[in-house]
Amino acid sequence: MPFYDELYKFQDRLRHVLVRHEQGAAHAAQGYARATGKVGVAVATSGPGATNLVTGIADAQIDSTPLVCITGQVGRHLLGSDAFQETDIIGISTPITKWNYQITKAAEIPYILAKAFYIARSGRPGPVLVDITKNAQFELFDFEYTPCDHVRSYLPEPQIDMECIHQAASLINEAKKPMIVYGQGVVLGNAEQELKTFIEKTTIPAAWTILGKSALPTAHRHNVGMVGMHGNYAPNVLTNECDVLIAIGMRFDDRVTGDLNTYAKQAKIIHFDIDKAEINKNVKVDVGVLGNCKQTLAALLPLVKENNHSQWQSSFDQLYEVEFKEVIDKEMNPTGPGISMAEVIEQINVATQSQAIVVTDVGQHQMIACRYAQETLPKSTITSGGLGTMGFALPSAIGAKMGAPEREVITVIGDGGFQMNIQELGTIYQTQAAVKIVVLNNEHLGMVRQWQELFFDSRYASTVMTNPDFVTIAKGYYIPGKRVDQRADLKAAIEEMVAAKTPYFLEIKVENEENVFPMIPSGSSVSDIRLS
Amino acid sequence: MENKWYTISVYSENQVGMLNRISGIFLKRHINIESLNVSPSEIPQVSKFTIVVNTTQKWVENIVGQIEKQVEVIKVFSHQDEEIIYQESALFKISSNLLFDERQIQNIIKESNAQIVTVSREFFVISKTGRRHEIDELHESLTPFGIRQFVRSGRIAVSKEAMPISTILNTINQKK
Repeated sequence: MPFYDELYKFQDRLRHVLVRHEQGAAHAAQGYARATGKVGVAVATSGPGATNLVTGIADAQIDSTPLVCITGQVGRHLLGSDAFQETDIIGISTPITKWNYQITKAAEIPYILAKAFYIARSGRPGPVLVDITKNAQFELFDFEYTPCDHVRSYLPEPQIDMECIHQAASLINEAKKPMIVYGQGVVLGNAEQELKTFIEKTTIPAAWTILGKSALPTAHRHNVGMVGMHGNYAPNVLTNECDVLIAIGMRFDDRVTGDLNTYAKQAKIIHFDIDKAEINKNVKVDVGVLGNCKQTLAALLPLVKENNHSQWQSSFDQLYEVEFKEVIDKEMNPTGPGISMAEVIEQINVATQSQAIVVTDVGQHQMIACRYAQETLPKSTITSGGLGTMGFALPSAIGAKMGAPEREVITVIGDGGFQMNIQELGTIYQTQAAVKIVVLNNEHLGMVRQWQELFFDSRYASTVMTNPDFVTIAKGYYIPGKRVDQRADLKAAIEEMVAAKTPYFLEIKVENEENVFPMIPSGSSVSDIRLS
Repeated sequence: MENKWYTISVYSENQVGMLNRISGIFLKRHINIESLNVSPSEIPQVSKFTIVVNTTQKWVENIVGQIEKQVEVIKVFSHQDEEIIYQESALFKISSNLLFDERQIQNIIKESNAQIVTVSREFFVISKTGRRHEIDELHESLTPFGIRQFVRSGRIAVSKEAMPISTILNTINQKK
């Protein structure tokens, strides 16, 4: 209460967005952070308010998103008494925060908040939680702003070791079949230009992890697509044929590597990362290059030779043709009456000239959106990667739109995930954040249904959804919308949505039992990727 | 990879919640902490955690990396037994009548280099400092007579190699 009372006085200088649920606040702060590169802030009250933030904090931790979460707490003298709305949010949030702190005296507030922002955004970014007891919100003290740009036990950016850079350069220069896999570290380090220059100088084929997607335009000549469970065929297969694998700002997540015992065993591996604990964590590497990749790539650039890997690149092109024939063409140009998810994404590409921020939820539509959305600008993919949080997209899109109001923000969500934070339609209505919402409705929890079909003899246990009338719900929040169930209406509906200056809701009835391919079955090798 | 005994030494700021933050890293990986000791270190305001685990080299490296990246942790080391000088302490509370009825107990105490800390009408207390197996042996010898209470401390250890914490702190601060 005292905190909000003060906010009331600062309305002209500090914009507070009232969300409908604290989980929405955390995800909206994430969307803001991912769209801007700045720290997102979420505020919640004690007890249930604080615990409702937890999913968003855990998501931000695993996806390295800078957040400062501020929670209220009962008074200092009541701590540990099981007071009304008391919860041990410091204990709860410890394993899912980069740092957390409980303020019990008002005089601590300026420095601790400065420290919180510094820690959240520096080094490998992450979520920070500051819990403020009620007495500290009431106390008076002599305000003095103490900036923080240094913590004595914390070295956010490790010293760059030129010896490692030289070793990396010589491996790269000698390689016959090198391959790059870049991740979100490039985006977080603002190293998009360095990555592009490196790729263009060496002509090394470059693949991306889901969070690294917008580090390089999707149409770039050397961009060979996504790695991982539902990634593209060529980069997955050729991971097990390359002679040098150059991993930049990625963490060898199990969805990327598949079976570790058969992952790139033939290759020398070079790993660029800012976090020392990531080097050799999942994959043993030959050269670990510690540091912010903006600096390490810049140091590497003069040492690598101009090269021509066109023959090696052509093996990616050939496998792309295989994937195009077996998967992409069928999804983009389906012969059946049902609308495919891929053709929706393609229409969004056309209508936005591939310049939108695409915010996705989790599941089949996420994989399809990431596989098919064409992007030309940095920070264009916002999705829940590591935690796989259904319900992420709707609030996250609100934060993204507020962070980047000049950009078109389109959120693509499944019918399952949409209902996990559907209450944030209220926030959209109240703020008029011009988010464009596309719900791909297949009347199932589609990804789980796909696994049930493939691995559990089509026993669809609790994955069939009986859905409400989504357009009417949106209308209830005064958000204009439409439902499309015929292919013939798709193009015009998406154009109308993109043309709208207001929030807009589009429900698209897609094929119920579409499967996402390619697919690396869980526990299989990347090169055992299936096309059907 | 086989399990071995590792002693992990953590230098951290002395803050509320550090123990929770560090022990949570073991919890997340389902690794049991065999012994844990927290004390001041040679540097003012810097705490030293000494943690003993029985696990594989791979997990120890993973844990060391995860602990070290915590903001208020300065440096983490891991050692096998031969790389450190270490001790544990134990207290045994035993009924006083045994001291007189069972002459053998006196021999056990003498041979094990244990000390009698206190003797009262009802009970006496033996203290033993040494390696884990020495304490285990004494425990085994005393068990037949009846141990009324037993407690053993966490391991404390210093390494044979240097732990240059001041240098590390200076490096971080100079970079600034």
